[in-house]
Order: sequence, then C-alpha cells, then structure tokens
Amino acid sequence: MSAQPELRVEREGQPKKAVDLLFGDLWGYAPAPESTGPVRFEKRYGHFIDGEFVAGDKWFASVNPATEEPLVEVAEADEAMVDRAVQSSRKAYDKYWKKMKGSERAKYIFRIARMIQERARELAILESMDGGKPIKESRDIDVPLAAAHFFYYAGWADKLEYAFPGGKPQPIGVAGQIIPWNFPLLMAAWKLAPALAAGNCCVLKPAETTPLTAMKLAEILQEADLPPGVVNIVNGFGRTGAAIVNHADVDKIAFTGSTDVGKIIQRALAGTKKRLTLELGGKGANIIFEDAPIDQAVEGIIDGIFFNQGHVCCAGSRLLVEESVAETVIRKLGHRIQTLRVGDPLDKNTDVGAINSKPQLEKIQELVDSGVDQGAQKHQSRCDLPAKGYFFRPTFFTDVSPSHRIAQEEIFGPVLSVMTFRTPEEAIERANNTPYGLSAGIWSDKGSKLFKIAGAMQAGVIWGNTFNKFDPTSPFGGYKESGFGREGGRHGLLPYLEIG
Amino acid sequence: MATAPTRVPVKKTYKLYIGGAFPRSEGGHYLVVKDHKGAFVANVCRATRKDFRGAMVAARKAQAPWAARSAFNRGQILYRMAEMLEGRAAVFERLLAELHGYSASEAQAEVGAAVDRLVYYAGWCDKVTQVFGNTNPVASQHFNFSFIEPTGVVAAVAPKTAPLLGLVSVMAPLISIGNAAIVMVTPDNAVVAIELAEALATSDLPGGVVNLLTALWEDVGSYVSGHMDLDAFFGVGLSSEEQKAIQVSAAESVKRTKFVDDASPAEWRQESRQSPYWILPFTETKTAWHPMGS
Repeated sequence: MSAQPELRVEREGQPKKAVDLLFGDLWGYAPAPESTGPVRFEKRYGHFIDGEFVAGDKWFASVNPATEEPLVEVAEADEAMVDRAVQSSRKAYDKYWKKMKGSERAKYIFRIARMIQERARELAILESMDGGKPIKESRDIDVPLAAAHFFYYAGWADKLEYAFPGGKPQPIGVAGQIIPWNFPLLMAAWKLAPALAAGNCCVLKPAETTPLTAMKLAEILQEADLPPGVVNIVNGFGRTGAAIVNHADVDKIAFTGSTDVGKIIQRALAGTKKRLTLELGGKGANIIFEDAPIDQAVEGIIDGIFFNQGHVCCAGSRLLVEESVAETVIRKLGHRIQTLRVGDPLDKNTDVGAINSKPQLEKIQELVDSGVDQGAQKHQSRCDLPAKGYFFRPTFFTDVSPSHRIAQEEIFGPVLSVMTFRTPEEAIERANNTPYGLSAGIWSDKGSKLFKIAGAMQAGVIWGNTFNKFDPTSPFGGYKESGFGREGGRHGLLPYLEIG
Repeated sequence: MATAPTRVPVKKTYKLYIGGAFPRSEGGHYLVVKDHKGAFVANVCRATRKDFRGAMVAARKAQAPWAARSAFNRGQILYRMAEMLEGRAAVFERLLAELHGYSASEAQAEVGAAVDRLVYYAGWCDKVTQVFGNTNPVASQHFNFSFIEPTGVVAAVAPKTAPLLGLVSVMAPLISIGNAAIVMVTPDNAVVAIELAEALATSDLPGGVVNLLTALWEDVGSYVSGHMDLDAFFGVGLSSEEQKAIQVSAAESVKRTKFVDDASPAEWRQESRQSPYWILPFTETKTAWHPMGS
C-alpha cells in the first residue's frame, strides 16, 4: 500500500483524550503467515488399531474452517471397528501394560512427550489448519501444554502409591475416551497421559472436525514404539462415540464435550460397573470489582472470551462488572475489541481465528440474534472478515438480563454478555445462578475480598486477577452440571485408578 | 394377658427427623415395626415424597452454614455425637438385642464400633482437606492451589443390616466434610434410627445437617434421585435395578453417585468399612490461581 501512515498525536493544551490505536486503513497490513511447506500429511486416514493404521470403508471430509476446503478424508468407525479397537486394548492391557513396571511405562510416556516437542511446529500448523485456531495459540499453548502433560504424568507412573495415602492403587483396565474439537491434541494429551501413567490402555475418539493431530499423534506413538494396542484411536461421529460408551469390555469412560451429551452418557452407563468422568459445558462468570486493576482486567476479559474464538468450556462468557466502573470497563472493552486481528489462523498476528465449523457458526449467529431480539445491546468489532471461511466478529452485549438466552446458554463462540452488580453478595448470587460450575474469574486488588469470593464460587477453577491459565499440575474440572472428576495434577490420576 | 403389670410403661411415638425437629409424616400413613421374632414393636412414619421435599429444604438451608463452620468445630461436633452415643450405649444395646436378635456381646460390639466410627470421622474433619489438597507447581508465575469442598446435599440409603453402625457409617463421612445428608432408613431399622436421631438432636449438631426418613424405597426412590436440587446420592445395599434407576434419574442434573454393597454386622465393624475414600466422592476439588510478582 502506498498511502503514508498518519499518526494521530495528542497536542498540548488540547483536552486529554484517550489515544485510540486504531489504524484502520492507514497502513496496509502485511500478513505474516506460517509456512505450511514442511508439513506433510496423508490424503486419507483410517484408524490406528493395534499399532497400525487401518483403512475404513466409509469416509468423510474434515474441512479447513478458514478456507472451507476439504483438508483430509477420515474413516468412520462402526461398531465392529470399535470392537476391534477395544479388543486390541484389552489384549495389550493383559499382555504388556498391566505387567510392566511403572518405571518402564514412564519411559514410554516421557518418550511421547519428547517427540511431541520435536514435532511441535508441525503439530501446531496442522492444529490451526484443521481446527481454525490462531497459530500463536496452537504454537505457544496447545502443543507445548500437550507435551507437558505427557511429561508430567510420565513421572507419576512409578510413584502412584504416593498419590493417594492409604490406598493401594491399581489400574482400571480399558478406558474409552471421547474428546472435543476445541483443543484436539491437548485434549488427547489430557486423556491419554494420566490413563497410561496409571497403567490403563485407551481407546480414543477424536472429534470428527479435528482428527488430524490425533493421527499425527498416532504416528508418534508408533515411532515411540509404544506396545501395539496400548492406545487405539478410532475416528467418527457421535455414533462411534456411542459404540465406545456401550461396549461391554470398556471399564471406564472419560468424556469432554457438551452437557447434553454428557447426560446421555451418564444415563447410558447407568446400571453398569463402568467408571465415568465428565468435563462438560460452562458459563463462567468473570467478576470485575471497582478496586480491580482495570486495564489488566480488560485484558483478562478479552483473553477470557476471545481465546480460541471463545470455543472454551471455561470461557469467561458472563462479565459481571461492579456498577461504579461499568461505564469505564465497557468503553475500554469497546475499544479493545476493535484492535483484535481476526482472520487467517496461520497468520502469526491473528488473535481470533476461524470458527471451527459451519454448524457452530450458525449456532453462534442464532444465539447472537436471540440476544438482539430479547433486547440486549450488541457491540461488535468493525473488522473485515475474510471472503471465505467461517469467521465471526468479536462481540459483546450490554443491557443483558440474567434471563436472556445469551446469559444462560453456552454460546461457545466469541460473544460476551455483560451484566452489572452493586455488592459482592449480588455478584456471588449472579455468578452462581447457573446450572454450570466450571470456572470463574475475580478481579480485585483486595486479597480478603478475593478469597471470600473464590470460596463462594461454585466452580472448579477460579482465576484471581488472571484468566484462562492451564498447567499439567493444576486440576481442572467442574461443579454441578459442568461434570465430575478432575483432569490435571494429582487429582487427575484418581479417575484412572482403583484405590482399593 | 394373664396378669396386669404393676406399672404400664409409656410407649414412644417414633417420628421423622427433619431440620432438627421430629415431625410426623405429612401423609399420615404408618409402617409397622416388628422385632426379630415377628412381634409388634411400634408404628412408625411412612415418609412420603413431600416429606423428602421438606427434608431437602431443611438440608439445603443447613448445608452452607455447616460447611462454613471451621473444620475444628465440625470435628468437635462429631466427637460430641460420639459422646452422646456412648452415654446411651445401654439403650442401643438393649434395642439391638430385643428388636434385632443380637447377642449381648454382638450388641456391645456394634454400639462400640458406632461410637468409634464417629470418633474416626471426627478426626478426619480437619485433615481431609490437607490430605487431598495441595499447592501445584505450575510453570508460570502463579500461585496455584487445590482444595476440596463438600458437594452439597447428599441423599443416602442406609444399610439394612447393622441398624446402628450401618447408619453411622453412611452418615458420618458425608457430614464430616460439610455436606448435609438426608438418610432413608428401612422401616425395620426405624426404632434404632430414630433413637439415634434423638441422640443427635442433643449433640450440638445443627438441625438439618442430618435428616432421617423412615421410608419404603418404592414410595420415594425415583423422586429422590431425580430431585433437581439434590447434588449427590450414596446408596448401600441396593439392587442393580435400583442402582440403574437411580443413575438414570441422577443424570438429569449430573449428580454424583456412589454405591456400596451391604455387609454383615461383623463386616461393618471392620476398618475396611471406614475410609477417607468414602468422603472423597462427595467433595468437589476447587483450584485457584493468582499471579505472583509485583
């Protein structure tokens, strides 16, 4: 672009106005895309069974949501294929895994961690291509955390008797694990790492829109020489997941996904001896008190709702602002969303990437329309969107009443509902006024207030003066209808052990 | 009756225990308790769904203040419950022998074990959060710690065997961490259960933390596990069909469930029937993060 940039500079003597760093069209934007050149993947993937890739007979396409082009074809596992996977896991469990010393098991898991690190960039690029998330997130968060999870749990494999005092920890057997599309590789790591460390074998089903990094992980498991069958991976839709859930020889189900599906699984397991953990939906409250560091809080609000396009079960999707600072916070928020760069997930400067799929985009649009219809005030970024691909402008609503759908239902997109409160007690009541209970954020410079509110939140993860932080050592999981069981940390081992 | 007794004893009316009070069942119906030889003992309340609903309201009201008490204080109250039980040991021994056919030594063993079990869980009150909580060495500049909290209101089905010890073994782990409990007792065990309630009522335990209903499972079962305000369910000695029905209705609000097989009175006395791992299923782990630095 040839036009010269024109800087808006405040002059002395003029009334002080906040400087907007909104450059609009003043500069041409120079894209900085991550090269996909070195990345290789097959045109088609079947399943990973007994240490080998096997073909299927029914195929479907996984689409790159930023281009709407089919990226890779994947097979759909039927009941027979799931049965093959479960039998393979059972055999591996009896033959190798349960007999192996913990210290030996550990070395396989350490090896997987290291190989993820070696191939980190490739995995990050594929994650962004398949799922639409910004490369800076897949590169700096998803993939390093996935490696870290394997590394953390590897070290537990020979120390399980120290994890739960007085218990005699034993593995459960074969774990069926069904994961969502929002953090494909990371969720695979969250599921596999503790299960393997505890001595279980796994049948994993990635989400149908994001199978690619799971298939790359299968390559890594192969190269790591993990005994065949210790991990089997089957692709498919909900039907495939149901076949895992209902398989008689599966001992444990771990599911991350929607609360509706979680309830179906809980019902399906009724009357069986299968163990269950559920990590379900959320409608996290992010509470801003007047004594909060406001600029930091605004960054936390942005991170809380626009991280990963808002496809985060623990997103801070309900903003509760103390009335005295609401005007300031809303004004700053209005400015800040204009500076978010929305577009090509592979561009290193992209803040908000592509919505994962067309149905998800339609669901977000439908809920946003309901917000407008029910009388809330919509504020949206004016950014340009790419001509192709599934994109949604960063959005927040004011004048939201607690009964509005946008205040009650999980949107799972870049849409924030802003409400106000007057007293800490009102903030507590509003924050807890939801069937969900996954996360909450609290922003205040007053420690005693922070502890009081943190104690009163019915939520499994509380972020004080921060938001959306994750670590393999840190247990994660919900209260109430956000599910039960924890992933991460010592607590994350418990769902995969008989304590005796 | 051949000869009239020199003094006519006063018979007790056994009622429900809800919110610290002893109301009659709202439904007005009764169940007959017979002793082990089949002789009439008493008419007890046949609790209804509406009684459960009342217990639910009482338990919900009592739960948060109970959880907010210091762990030390909850421990003292559980210990006080043990003291009250010890003081009434002779009463319970007589009831176990007369109604349930226990030998004198068995009765003594059960009452002693029930007292000891309360002492055991009294001790856990201020330790369980330490044993199952920790700071987490996250890789970023944050202070991060996890601790357990009570799940909330738990409905429980007490075992059919070991009328006193079984009930104590179910109730004590639930309340030690700060849950409130609604315990359903089979009518055969009603006299011992309500006698225990009378001990609890004088033991500093706040009303509503433990609620006891003498009920038939077929009257209240499906309603209990489907109640949308209930957080968790703890069942002892239920059939696999009963467990399945409970789990199906529990899924409606993602309730936590735990089931344990019933056991003989001698087995209930064993140490394997007391464990912090009976507390843990009725807790939630909360993890908190805060930045460290300037």
